[in-house]
Amino acid sequence: MAYTLKLKIWRGDKSGGEIKDYPVEVSEGEVVLDAIHRVQGTQAGDLAVRWNCKAGKCGSCSAEINGKPRLMCMCRLSDFAEDETITVTPMRSFPVIRDLVTDVSFNYEKAKELPSFSPPPRDGDNKRRMAQIDVERGQEFRKCIECFLCQNTCHVVRDHEENKPAFAGPRFFLRYAELDMHPLDTNDRRNLAQEQAGLGMCNITKCCTEVCPEGIKITDNAIIPMKERVADVKFDPLVWLGAKIGLRTKDNDGRTEV
Amino acid sequence: MSVSASSTTDGDRHPMTGNQLDGNAEGGMERHTYDVVVIGAGGAGLRAAIAAHESGAKTAIVCKSLLGKAHTVMAEGGIAASMGNVYPDDNWEVHFRDTMRGGKMLNNWRMAQLHAQEAPERVMELEDWGALFDRTEDGLISQRDFGGHKYARLAHVGDRTGLEMIRTLQQRAVALGIDVFMECTITDVFKDGGRIAGAFGYWRESGRFVVFDAPSVILATGGIGKSFKVTSNSWEYTGDGHALAMRAGASLINMEFVQFHPTGMVWPPSVKGLLVTESVRGDGGILKNSDGERFMFDYIPEFFRAETADTVEEADAWYEDKKNNRRPPELLPRDEVARAINSEIKAGRGTPHGGVYLDIASRRTPEFIRKRLPSMYHQFKELADVDITSEPMEIGPTCHYVMGGVEVDADTQESAVVGLYAVGECSGGMHGSNRLGGNSLGDLLVFGKRAGEAATAYAASLGAARPQVDEADVKAAQASALAPFEVEGGENPYTIQSDLQQSMNDLVGIIRTRSELEESLREIEAFKTRASTMVVEGHRQYNPGWHLALDLRNMLIVSECIAKAALAREESRGGHTRDDFPGPNAEWGTKNLVVNLNAAGTGVDLHEKPLPVMPDELKKYFETPAAAPVVEPAETSEGDK
Repeated sequence: MAYTLKLKIWRGDKSGGEIKDYPVEVSEGEVVLDAIHRVQGTQAGDLAVRWNCKAGKCGSCSAEINGKPRLMCMCRLSDFAEDETITVTPMRSFPVIRDLVTDVSFNYEKAKELPSFSPPPRDGDNKRRMAQIDVERGQEFRKCIECFLCQNTCHVVRDHEENKPAFAGPRFFLRYAELDMHPLDTNDRRNLAQEQAGLGMCNITKCCTEVCPEGIKITDNAIIPMKERVADVKFDPLVWLGAKIGLRTKDNDGRTEV
Repeated sequence: MSVSASSTTDGDRHPMTGNQLDGNAEGGMERHTYDVVVIGAGGAGLRAAIAAHESGAKTAIVCKSLLGKAHTVMAEGGIAASMGNVYPDDNWEVHFRDTMRGGKMLNNWRMAQLHAQEAPERVMELEDWGALFDRTEDGLISQRDFGGHKYARLAHVGDRTGLEMIRTLQQRAVALGIDVFMECTITDVFKDGGRIAGAFGYWRESGRFVVFDAPSVILATGGIGKSFKVTSNSWEYTGDGHALAMRAGASLINMEFVQFHPTGMVWPPSVKGLLVTESVRGDGGILKNSDGERFMFDYIPEFFRAETADTVEEADAWYEDKKNNRRPPELLPRDEVARAINSEIKAGRGTPHGGVYLDIASRRTPEFIRKRLPSMYHQFKELADVDITSEPMEIGPTCHYVMGGVEVDADTQESAVVGLYAVGECSGGMHGSNRLGGNSLGDLLVFGKRAGEAATAYAASLGAARPQVDEADVKAAQASALAPFEVEGGENPYTIQSDLQQSMNDLVGIIRTRSELEESLREIEAFKTRASTMVVEGHRQYNPGWHLALDLRNMLIVSECIAKAALAREESRGGHTRDDFPGPNAEWGTKNLVVNLNAAGTGVDLHEKPLPVMPDELKKYFETPAAAPVVEPAETSEGDK
């Protein structure tokens, strides 16, 4: 049952670092985060790692495991052969703070740029009404645990620091799509999605969808529909003409551009 | 960008954490001035900060983790609020009654009343801010059944309601531009005379210290679960707010009451304790022992007999027809179910991994299960290789919630220390001896808002005459935080923490007895001695060993509170079960246990205090005297629907 895992961990800070060996005892049913914790408790008390829930719900323990962006708490050791080496490195698209901890402030900055939900007044009986089928589209996107693995893997910003100012990334395309599909929202963010968030820079390679631990179909259900909605408002000649002569599509009824 | 922009003349704040100084730079103490500082960014902290900001306070949120990662994210079932969307008969009075009965009448009646009255509007606010709750047929917020609630009452989003709540509040706080100090841990609060003057902490990233000058501090730090080995709680739950309040001179109540959630995962070891939502039972799941017997029918207590089904037929019919059938015994309050499971396992009818079976696979269609319980499906599939749509889960009790916390005024959440407030799990009173599922999220919202408003009003009332932080206190706080680096040759904090968790689990767990509690107090003394010489390796920059060393002090003092109060209360009630005193005692039902830091600051003093007296107009909801939980004959004749 128990065996010694050949574990390698990147240690260092913004000035540089290296991958070090931490052979560690592990047992059946454990995940990579368990091995990391055992290293912390027995070999390297100052090993820096972020984690909270250890249940795939908070999205704190994102890292790259053998080069793949994953949550350490959802990565089972039984997925690897016992003699296989597991190498854990920090997410590459964000600056390292220390060891496996990165500076993910990029994401918090982008979150602030997004105009929030803006509902109309409640109904006369002080309640709101929405059909389950209508909220389900947004609910899929709100499963997002903000692990930022999609942001990390997106090739628009991975190794392209220069694109970061103009590109919000898949996590926030989800948010744009969620609000655009919200049955009650009154803001129209389609131009913002294109101009400020850089939706057009995404060329739908689906890397984000592949790494999403929540299984959200980021590309198919959020990004592509959002691109279509942007194309409607910006490039469709019929929609353009309709807008000119005062006809509006039902989709955007009651919405105001922000 | 600046998540925590403002307060000082900083061109150079760290965009994520708000940190102003480079970790290695020489230089002075970072300092900020606010009206209200909220410690903790879970549901309670965020709601308090939003309320403070909206009532005009310059507000800061200071949290140990990144924004949006707090333990609220783990809440699954829903928010209890008598909106009446599914059962129009529901109202605050019924919710109030359920809450008091669930807490075995030891709740602060006023908090239970305010909570029941205000929860529906707090839920509607979340919807105003963008939350997408599941809907009823006619488009209203859907409400689900939960243990101890008479009507389907929990507003929910599948089984990830906590995530929806924290994301909604987080997005609201960001939209309002409230300053957030992430990965910043508060280790002390300062006073001037008897009043709060500010708080002291360190940046996890750099290890550098920071002082907040603020007349109002709101503790919203959550619970204490990390003092136990098997827990559903995250690493942050080290009782920080409980300990900060005690060191500031406030008192804690009800610390003997710790909720062991009946259903935590028992396998694999890496997830032992991880929560399995009560919604599984609310949506039809049943408990079975290794003989395949549905054992909860054997554990219906007198107190709930009148309203609980005693045949399988009636229990199963209840899901469809709640008017003419009584609730299944699986939906008794959590303390009852946890004890029953514990007894079954002890009697040798447990599963291979030491739990019992929770079965929904044989009772609902795979489509239904995947739709209603997506996170549970995912959790078992990914972590245990179990498909809950085709096989039963193995579950057992796990330390989940502490009912005890800072003793506060019901209307304002202010503690005995002027300017110090406590909300959510780190406050005490609301839930009495046992919390009903769904009442936690409501608690966070209702009292978060109240505390934020009260803290703002107090800060505003001071004008320019604010309490001042004493520089000597700052120096002392700094020395105390650095102490673990000064020691040589001591023990590593991880070892002490692990031993403490095992000890608390073994001696102060779900079933308690005098000799074990006494032994636990002796062991805690020994841990305190070991902790006084613990050693930390490395430097101050993002050093989890050092962070744990500081948190461990809080865990030790809180553990002592729990053990001491558990030893004193010689009865069994709610989340406190004494093998040597089975059953409730009417006299104990009239009083709280209050704990304070002793004069030397090295241990815990305890005294009894009578419960606040419920006014007559509320007593009418309880047919028998409030303090005596016995059968309620009036209901038998009525045949509780």
